[in-house]
Amino acid sequence: MFRIRCPYCRELRSEEEFSYAGEAHIPRPEDPSSLSDAEWGEYLHTRTNPRGPHREMWVHTAGCRRYFNVLRDTLSYEILAVYLVGEMPPEREEAR
Amino acid sequence: MVKYASISETRCAGSNPGRMERYSLLSLVRHARRYHENWQRAWRDPAPKKAYDIVIVGGGGHGLATAYYLAKVHGVTDVAVVEKGWLGGGNTGRNTTIVRSNYLRDESSHLYEFSLKLWEGLSQELNFNVMFSPRGVLYLGHNLHDMREIERRVNANRLNGIDAELLSTADVQKLVPLMSCSPNARYPVLGASLQRRGGIARHDAVAWGFARAADAQGVDILQRTEVTGVRCDNGAVAGVETSRGFIGARKVACVTAGNSGVLAAMAGLKLPIESRPLQALVSEPLKPCLDVVVQSSGVHCYVSQADKGDLVIGAGTDSYNGYGQRGSFSVIEHTLQAICELFPAFSRVRMNRHWGGIVDICPDACPIIGETPVRGLYFNCGWGTGGFKATPGSGYVFAETLAYERPHPLAAPFSLDRFATGALVDEHGAAGVAH
Repeated sequence: MFRIRCPYCRELRSEEEFSYAGEAHIPRPEDPSSLSDAEWGEYLHTRTNPRGPHREMWVHTAGCRRYFNVLRDTLSYEILAVYLVGEMPPEREEAR
Repeated sequence: MVKYASISETRCAGSNPGRMERYSLLSLVRHARRYHENWQRAWRDPAPKKAYDIVIVGGGGHGLATAYYLAKVHGVTDVAVVEKGWLGGGNTGRNTTIVRSNYLRDESSHLYEFSLKLWEGLSQELNFNVMFSPRGVLYLGHNLHDMREIERRVNANRLNGIDAELLSTADVQKLVPLMSCSPNARYPVLGASLQRRGGIARHDAVAWGFARAADAQGVDILQRTEVTGVRCDNGAVAGVETSRGFIGARKVACVTAGNSGVLAAMAGLKLPIESRPLQALVSEPLKPCLDVVVQSSGVHCYVSQADKGDLVIGAGTDSYNGYGQRGSFSVIEHTLQAICELFPAFSRVRMNRHWGGIVDICPDACPIIGETPVRGLYFNCGWGTGGFKATPGSGYVFAETLAYERPHPLAAPFSLDRFATGALVDEHGAAGVAH
């Protein structure tokens, strides 16, 4: 169990209010028809799945229902940073 | 049509070199007279050799089964199993031990049915009691859609030669008197599918049985040896770096479940896998009260009673990626709500322990078995939430894949390239995978 600070509601709320929405920063290819099967398969299915800091998307389902990004350690479940869609995660020191 | 070796062939191939002391009533009596002081250790604790023909990374059920069948069926004994902790300490010891084969798709049902047939003779095969108990696996339907899916799956199973029955509410109530089958329930039980040959087994015994039998064939089992790197040379694997030094290998076979992505990254690969905690819990021991396995995707729980009396209860996976071997309390709460809804009599039962295993989930909820772009590097992973039941079958087909460097016919549909070709074997939900 952990709590997430929603960047829109600006409140620290229980994990149960949120829904996980997968790995962040996987842009949809601009011209899918120009990709090979392998490239398209990689876009659809391949994930970094790290043991450690992971950049992922969450949505505040029971709150403002908006999407945002989280940098979370998948081993300790510590939340290292919360940042908006379109932004890149801050440097680790800043996040602390 | 898939064709594969018959079970009788798998039993008689190879022979026991006689180093292993057989367990029997006679040996028990003999040892009893000597106060049980001189039992042979179940497997050796050898020092790692400089190099092996095949290094298997991961000493869980699947890895040990792979080693066993490599030695027994294919005569490949220059094999090491490298394990960072203790045998069966990962997902083999962190599941709910359900064994069944009632999957929907042809590819997966053939694979799991092959495995179930191996389970049926496994204790004799390994000379180790794995306590396989085919007590029947019940899968409940709570609405019209559930029942249609169940009927479809029962029909698909029967066409594939897998035993499956469709039960009415009255049949279910007769089979499980403790279950609340009231029509006034919020999620009434409208019927169920039953696979009578399905059941449960003893998880530790599976790892120990395969370890002892593999060791007897000359396989080196290296515990407390963590792989820290995969050494590659010109696109081919050369061996693994471990906490006990470099171990060379012609082929490296990774059977590391939730940590497969970590191993893949060591070789510069990425897999279509996400690792998530799947948790389960056991209660205090009770008198016998439940003699089938009960599963329900509708209310999302599964429960069976182990031979020593505790209820073994399974929960869902956490919704997010994680490597911490523990689960969320919200998932436990949800699961126990479902259990109490189905079995009001269990509401006062106290829970003893809970644990989480890290399951490796593929987009189509099916495993990845076979080669990778790195020559000599093989993966057997992606079994996700249902790997325990596949243990012997997975080891068997992976051993053949390694020995002949071509996929076993049953493993062929589960190659890594299906994520490029799009030939996914969609088993999410469809096969009654209550996680």
